[in-house]
Amino acid sequence: MSAAWDERWRRMAGNRNLQVGLAMLLALLAAGAFGPAFVRWDPIEIDFAAALQRPGAAHPFGTDELGRDVLARVLAATFVDLQVVAVCVVLPFFIGSLIGLASGYFGGWFDRALMRLVDVLLAFPHYVLVIAIVGSLGPGIANLYLAFALVVWISFARIVRAEVLVARRAEYAQAARLLGYGHARVMLRHILPNVITPSIIFMMSDVVLTILAVTSLGFLGLGIQPPTPEWGLMIAEGRTFLQDAWWISVFPGLAIVYVGITFTLLGEGLDDFLRPKG
Amino acid sequence: MSAAVPTRAPEAIADRGAPMLSAHGLGKRFEIASGAGMPLRRGPRRHVQALRDVSIELHRGETLGIVGESGCGKSTLARCLSGLDAPDAGEIRWQGRPMAAESSALERARRVQMVFQDPYASLNPRMTLAQALDEALLVHGLAATRAERAERVDELLLTVGLAPRLKHLLPHALSGGQRQRISIARALAVGPQVLIADEPVSALDASIQAQIINLLEELRERLQIAFVFISHDLNVVRHISDRIAVMYFGQVVESADTDALFAQPAHPYTRALLAAIPQTDPARRSLVPALAGELPDPTAPPRGCSFSTRCPWVVEACRAQEPALLGHAPRHAVRCSNAEARVGGSPGPIATSEGEDRVPTR
Amino acid sequence: MNVAADRSSLLEVEDLRVRFARPGGDLVAVDGVGFRIESGEVFGLVGESGCGKTVTCRSLIRLFGGSAPSAIDGRVRFAGRDLGALSAREWSALRGSEISMIFQDPMTSLNPTMRVGAQIAEGLQRHRALTAQQARAAAIEMLGAVGVPAAERRHHEYPHAFSGGMRQRVLIAIALACRPKLLIADEPTTALDVTVQDQILKLILKLRSDLGMSVLLVTHDIGVVAQTCDRVAVMYAGKIVESGKTAQVVGRPAHPYTRALLAALPAHTRRGVKLRPIDGEPPNLAQPPAGCRFHPRCGFAVEACRAIVPPPVEVEPGHRSACLRTQEIG
Repeated sequence: MSAAWDERWRRMAGNRNLQVGLAMLLALLAAGAFGPAFVRWDPIEIDFAAALQRPGAAHPFGTDELGRDVLARVLAATFVDLQVVAVCVVLPFFIGSLIGLASGYFGGWFDRALMRLVDVLLAFPHYVLVIAIVGSLGPGIANLYLAFALVVWISFARIVRAEVLVARRAEYAQAARLLGYGHARVMLRHILPNVITPSIIFMMSDVVLTILAVTSLGFLGLGIQPPTPEWGLMIAEGRTFLQDAWWISVFPGLAIVYVGITFTLLGEGLDDFLRPKG
Repeated sequence: MSAAVPTRAPEAIADRGAPMLSAHGLGKRFEIASGAGMPLRRGPRRHVQALRDVSIELHRGETLGIVGESGCGKSTLARCLSGLDAPDAGEIRWQGRPMAAESSALERARRVQMVFQDPYASLNPRMTLAQALDEALLVHGLAATRAERAERVDELLLTVGLAPRLKHLLPHALSGGQRQRISIARALAVGPQVLIADEPVSALDASIQAQIINLLEELRERLQIAFVFISHDLNVVRHISDRIAVMYFGQVVESADTDALFAQPAHPYTRALLAAIPQTDPARRSLVPALAGELPDPTAPPRGCSFSTRCPWVVEACRAQEPALLGHAPRHAVRCSNAEARVGGSPGPIATSEGEDRVPTR
Repeated sequence: MNVAADRSSLLEVEDLRVRFARPGGDLVAVDGVGFRIESGEVFGLVGESGCGKTVTCRSLIRLFGGSAPSAIDGRVRFAGRDLGALSAREWSALRGSEISMIFQDPMTSLNPTMRVGAQIAEGLQRHRALTAQQARAAAIEMLGAVGVPAAERRHHEYPHAFSGGMRQRVLIAIALACRPKLLIADEPTTALDVTVQDQILKLILKLRSDLGMSVLLVTHDIGVVAQTCDRVAVMYAGKIVESGKTAQVVGRPAHPYTRALLAALPAHTRRGVKLRPIDGEPPNLAQPPAGCRFHPRCGFAVEACRAIVPPPVEVEPGHRSACLRTQEIG
């Protein structure tokens, strides 16, 4: 086993993107997990006396119109947003990748039917569909998950299917069939590891898009509901104060940017790391 | 060392003379996508007849060489013989009985295995050598314990001339020659009785080619495997084969024992093929190409003999009817109706193909 | 191997060194290569993969595609001009008109969106300032000269309508349209069937006579060299190990590598007798062996071979071998 692992360590060592991305991710998770403990303000408690204070010693990120400490709210929102994003990305990734795998491998009517479905769904902009579904079902986390699961899987399915169409003609896949291996083994053990990488990379960039989508939904009032702190919601609430109390919207915005950069770096780093050197 | 590759008592065969593996009148057709993928346009579907009435036999302990150039169907034949593709016409028989009858994929895998041309695509890039070989042993239940499997993996590596310590490497760390050795080891792991090698050395340098050919010949001796060796390189095929079948445009045009084929090539195409090989003797040079013209359009095959568009000896009769593969000398069959061509007097002017070489636009 | 410059040679290469930057350490792909090509001569550069023959011929015209080397040293003179001193504009004028190149894979070497006649005419309009009309006529003539039947009709077609052999002919037509003095052919027939290879090689020889040009033919196949080349140089691990007239090098090989290469060919061993491969593998050029690069695989190696880089030694007039033991093993 050692040679394969040595190789992996070596590739991690030279991979700046991956290292910085992982470091930023860890920092983010640490901030979300432990940050609130270090801030003495409660993110939900209202205190009109302290409303709209500029960033200063007592409130490093200032306070919002209800006197809530913005730093505490930004930190508290971390896990909320990350959790939602995780589900709204990972769920479609699994669903889409497996469907794409089966579709590309077996071909035939299943594949053709699937591709027609994909063609239809692609006619609609992704997030318009998501918003439409959430809008009709009503706000709330469960509906959010459902809407993403129903819509976003398509991209993953297409990516994986395209890779599978190539991989299943490769000689090593032919050799596996020739050795008498069943479809399940060939698909999952041989083809899947070789086709999943672009999908994983796409998942990273999808995280960035999903953050924006979830926070946009929050902005529109269709996502997480107040008083739960959520970055998009915070930006929305702060927009009427942009001129005078810019800190209410800007800091959550910066948090979103930070997460975007983190996952972009992770994506680039993973791309390099996961591709076996030819 | 040969314990790694299971040897088995041969299955009882009704007729001692029956070939191990044989193809009878194989036909295989592929459709070409017509139009620019527009689903609404329904033009007539076009076909390529990749194999046409191909029959070959492989006997125990024998090496059959199959030689031909692009478009001759040799790779399609390999895929049909191994079971990867099913023929549209004719059948494949194993020891006289239809191949597909009452046999599982695992059983078929233990009869016929294949080594492919491209050493870079033949191995799963994400599996170590040990994993690839171990899987074959595991799926076929060829070793009782994990330790035994590991031991057999080592033996297999040694059998193909590789050091066991390489087994934890991924394929990209190996050279082309080493990868081909692993492909061979993987094929041998299940103890096949027939090994089909589809251009196994074409992608390798000359000095490495020789290593791999020696390995294959050595394995054949030791393990008593029958070989089908497919190549476009007549020199290699000559060295390794007992019998040779020459293919052109989807058909077998000549088959004979190796020495006889090289000494007395009967089919004009075979002769051209032999003449086209660049000799390493600079004193024997010619400025005249061995074969003029181009392969006919596979979607619009010529009438009569498929070689008639380029044959120096062509006569009217050649275009009228497709010749059958007939005996010409003992163990030597030719598909040519023009006796003078077979015996090889002086040819007429080189037939140029007028407009028949063209690949039509869609 | 350095060869003294000869005023009358069309191409003179002296001490060519090409270095590539690599994360693990620099790689010298071509290490001190030198040769001359005369007018009207077919010169072969033969060796296995990784020996540096392709890098050599690309270095001559500075055309590298994706991976450019970090350094090219040495002297290259073409028709008296020093190619190291050319500006980008001068290079652009030189390529395609005085020196042309054809590559290995005809399937990807043609522009799929441009008609074949246009691709041939393009060079003529650029380098010879012909009008569109004149260029078209010349293109049709060129297509005929390379053996494409019905050239008048076919020059309108796109590359996908041509087979592999026909495409290679088209590539030759493009390369030769401006009547270059030197044609560099990098493995022009490796991807083709043997009967098509035969046709293309003979076509190149015929055009050489008709047009009076020189050809630098790069190949891994000694048979091809034997059938087409007047003189040949054998490369191994970035160096030329043997050079001379074809009859000399192929008929009476002096260097152990050349001998081993010929001996490994299946054509040179009888049926039933084991082939004689060369043990081991070509060296990693990032860390080449000390002394003679072939010594780890050489049946004639002695102590000195590990220490000294062998200089070329004359075997017979015009025939040189870079081996310390040339006289002994002759």
